Amino acid sequence: MIFTDEHEQFRATVREVIDRHINPFADDWEAAGMFPAHELFPKLGAAGIFGLEYDPADGGQGADHSFTVVYGEEFGRCATGGVAMAVSVQTDMATPSLARFGSPELKERFLRPAIAGTAVAAIAVTEPDAGSDVAGLRTRAVRDGDEWVINGTKLYITNGVQADWLCLLARTSDAGGHRGMSQIVVPTDTPGLEVSRKLDKLGQRSSDTAELSFVDVRVPIEHTIGTIDRGFQQQMEQFQNERLIAAYMATGQMALAVERTAAYARERHTFGRPLLDNQYLAFRLAELSAEVDLLRHYTYACAEQIVHGADLITVTRMASIAKLKAGRLQREVADACMQIHGGIGYMEETWTARYFRDGRLLSIGGGADEIMLRIIADLSGWGRS
Amino acid sequence: MNIVVCVKQIPDPAEPGALDPNTKTLKRDTKLILDESDAYGVEMALQLADAAGGGEVTLVSMAPNNETAGLRTALAMGAAKAILVSDPSLQGSDALTTSKVLAGAIKRVEGADLILTATESSDGYTGTVPEQVAELLGLPSVTFAKSIAVEGSTVKVERQTEAGYDDVECPTPCVVSVTAGVVEPRYPSFKGIMAAKSKPVDELSAADVGVTAGGWAGAGQEIVAVEQAPAREAGEVVEDDGTGAEKIVAFLENLRVI
Repeated sequence: MIFTDEHEQFRATVREVIDRHINPFADDWEAAGMFPAHELFPKLGAAGIFGLEYDPADGGQGADHSFTVVYGEEFGRCATGGVAMAVSVQTDMATPSLARFGSPELKERFLRPAIAGTAVAAIAVTEPDAGSDVAGLRTRAVRDGDEWVINGTKLYITNGVQADWLCLLARTSDAGGHRGMSQIVVPTDTPGLEVSRKLDKLGQRSSDTAELSFVDVRVPIEHTIGTIDRGFQQQMEQFQNERLIAAYMATGQMALAVERTAAYARERHTFGRPLLDNQYLAFRLAELSAEVDLLRHYTYACAEQIVHGADLITVTRMASIAKLKAGRLQREVADACMQIHGGIGYMEETWTARYFRDGRLLSIGGGADEIMLRIIADLSGWGRS
Repeated sequence: MNIVVCVKQIPDPAEPGALDPNTKTLKRDTKLILDESDAYGVEMALQLADAAGGGEVTLVSMAPNNETAGLRTALAMGAAKAILVSDPSLQGSDALTTSKVLAGAIKRVEGADLILTATESSDGYTGTVPEQVAELLGLPSVTFAKSIAVEGSTVKVERQTEAGYDDVECPTPCVVSVTAGVVEPRYPSFKGIMAAKSKPVDELSAADVGVTAGGWAGAGQEIVAVEQAPAREAGEVVEDDGTGAEKIVAFLENLRVI
């Protein structure tokens, strides 16, 4: 992928937004276990960060997918993975289905403010008994006249405490497995919808994560995104956006981590010499840098496929590979960076500690590594008999 | 309302700069960017044009090598068009020649109601260009604006001072220099960046703006030598014998910072 001057200008915009509005406050937000989404998101919206690829008629920017790569790489360099994740929920997890399949009325009411950053969105799929195994979800929406009546529980919902609306996946028929689910927009001020718990996590601490309880929550049938009972299929498509943005962010994060660790190893002296003079450490960093570079160019290949309109199967396979390898490499890079820093790297005052915690999620969220392997195996024709 | 903003394109302050040993001036052969101090003037102009319900913001710049990267940034923020004067004969120009070039370029903009500048550039720091431009154009000038409002043919400026600010009124057209940090410059969005690609940049020579003796030849100054800034001296240690606070206040008063 060749980035143009326009990509680099947009990169400068994203970097400046992060440097001015996020990084100076990252430590406070991490300590508070929450960042002020309703203060921050309008600033990001004004800079055109949300809705990059969405139709200008809906308030979007009308960019092609290559600009999403730039946005992702730069947000990977953000001082807190929690905020980067929360932003990516808004851009690539909660809104793509609405932009693709939503009615004009639904987009006007919910997508436009999400693009402007005046509304905070969350994706509500995971449940206590259905995480990566989405087909096992139990939250049910039953039709009553012109309304859905929703009952159930959603778990690990990023932005869930602060969200103004949810992109909910619920069962809407008795067909089991992958069939009979729908995506429904649920405003969070709807009676019967409660944040039952704000969850405490190992990492991504500046991002709020919720357990949500639905008791006879009523929303109009018109809040259905796209086709009733096609929610699973629509969600599978939305998952590809989620996996790719996670991979773009991870490459930016890893490249920065290797750079910062090399800089530290050059400054840090042991036994009278810079730490980096130890060939073992220089080679270790060189190897990681090579791995990150390979992954980065694989993500560029994914993005080019999307720009050129590749079919969903091709995108799904490539997005699954990118996320799998990014998650695994992230763990390796975070571990190596901490090891090279030594004791100071284990301290909370050093960036490595937060990075070590934050990076671990990538192999779990958005479909665990094992699910990525299952998808790749299935698409290769090596599925279970 | 039509507003002209003078903008400078400078070497990126985030990159290590270097002096040309022959000219003893900053090397400008790398990609230049929009001087951050000019982003405030651009933002102020865009806000004033919006408040007036229309009009155009035109950028005027002088830069080597037909550089437009910084102009594109300001165009992406929302300015409508730009005039760039780029001419090898202008290399080495002093502040007065720069002002002549900018004034010559501004004269080509029809119906300008207001000309905005920064108070000084972030690389040269002479701080003299705004007033020189005003003088060359025969226009009134107000400096250090922290806010600007236009009512009819009058510009109302809050002019920053050491103690607070002065309310100043001035007829249009006029030249106003804008203090850094008084507005929050908008970010160039993707849409703005793409729109900027097709916005016109009128590239002119020195002769086009009526400057025939620019550059080193026309400079009324000569850079004789460049030396390292002296190393910082040790600070004054104030022992607190119970009167520490008073001593610090006296020290700050002596510096005239309080």
